[in-house]
Amino acid sequence: MTQQHLVPTPGRPAQGRRVRVIPTLLIDRQGRLVKTVKFGKRAYIGDPINAVRIFNTKQVDELILIDIDASADGREPPYSRIAEIASEAFMPVAYGGGLIFEDQIARTIDCGVEKVILSGALAQGSELIGTAAQRWGSQAVTVCLPVGRNWRGRQQVRLKRGRKALKDDLNTVVTRVTEAGAGEIIVYAIDRDGTWDGYDIDLCARVATATTLPVVACGGAGQLAHFREAVEEAGCAAVAAGSLFVYQARGKGVLISYPAQDRLHSEFFAHLP
Amino acid sequence: MIVVVDYGAGNIRSVMNMLKALGAKARIAKDGTELGDATRLILPGVGHFDHGMSQLEARGFLEPLHTRVLNDRLPILGICLGAQLIARRSEEGERPGLGWVAADVVAFDSSRLGPELRVPHMGWAETWAHAPAVTQGKLPDVLADTLGLEARFYYVHSFHLLCDDPDTAVMRAHHGYEFAAAVALDNIMGFQFHPEKSHVHGKTILKAFLDWEPA
Repeated sequence: MTQQHLVPTPGRPAQGRRVRVIPTLLIDRQGRLVKTVKFGKRAYIGDPINAVRIFNTKQVDELILIDIDASADGREPPYSRIAEIASEAFMPVAYGGGLIFEDQIARTIDCGVEKVILSGALAQGSELIGTAAQRWGSQAVTVCLPVGRNWRGRQQVRLKRGRKALKDDLNTVVTRVTEAGAGEIIVYAIDRDGTWDGYDIDLCARVATATTLPVVACGGAGQLAHFREAVEEAGCAAVAAGSLFVYQARGKGVLISYPAQDRLHSEFFAHLP
Repeated sequence: MIVVVDYGAGNIRSVMNMLKALGAKARIAKDGTELGDATRLILPGVGHFDHGMSQLEARGFLEPLHTRVLNDRLPILGICLGAQLIARRSEEGERPGLGWVAADVVAFDSSRLGPELRVPHMGWAETWAHAPAVTQGKLPDVLADTLGLEARFYYVHSFHLLCDDPDTAVMRAHHGYEFAAAVALDNIMGFQFHPEKSHVHGKTILKAFLDWEPA
């Protein structure tokens, strides 16, 4: 034995609970890394491979990769791009965008990603979720619910870059997705996307209460304190962020970054329930 | 030659990527006839226990695996579902497991988790050496040498191993309660976490398996 071994206090780990902190990478139809504001205006960020290499050195927990044009273009997922990105990533990768058939999921998984993200497919019901969960296991099936408001201010699931609203109310959709066999749910607040104003905590709490699955908060994170809110107040199991990890600061230039482990511990994990 | 068993249950490519990053020579076996020149085996896998066992059977892996592991005593590493398949059975399914380790696979006891913790357990967890396994010499030295204070790995699972002899579970992690993160017995090792997706921590411990010469 060359090292002192970590022996935790009985029943508790020495450093406490951790929560996944996940960069969200959006790619456009040219395979470029972009960042949106409220699912609309886009800014060019750079090359996704370069970003993944930096995230490797920062030891990020996991990556969410979404082709935000695939579904609207009615296009296949960009398989060779996905494979290229996955082969660089020594952390779990979830891919979403344009997945509506089982064989597309099969090809995507073969590209080397751990999870697929189903979203646009919900327009056809939740059958694909069940099929995918049967074949690859629930842990491989993430469902992303982009949520926006209609003209009366009611929150609803809005697919295809926010343009196509599902008729069913949010709780019904969450229940259906859970029962169909999904492994986790990403709640993506459209009107918080790219704003740095913090997550929609009420929305996150509503979804986390309506399901037993792990819920990932997405849309609006601008500082580490927002992560705490999503977990402490809304009961989320993980947090995702875009702008925070691709810009230096609000209104500033591009900088691919990720908080250091000791900072995550002192400002986030140490305060968790 | 390191041979990675591909039985259609999981992401083989990530394991191959990590082996490549380690500079290790490895190839994939798609059925039981392809274990040929194996000197070391890796059994990855995710998904349903019964699906995993039936795929191993359908691809003719069962007999050759039993022979190579139990008779020839090749070092083998099961990862995630692969680590669970080495047990006798699982609460997840009906089919018997490989039965190489006196253990059963059980569901996370959600009554012990508390409202803030969910199943599947999905994410990173610090992982440590189980102290009695260290004192009894059950934790292989190659693993002991890699487990520092910072060791953490990526987990995604709803079930975990429960060993008859708790000290066979040589490494532990915590999700509501302490569970088996790794088992080691003779030439058999199983990781509940995914070393291939755990950055430098995973790379280091996978290297430890490659260097492992079971007594």
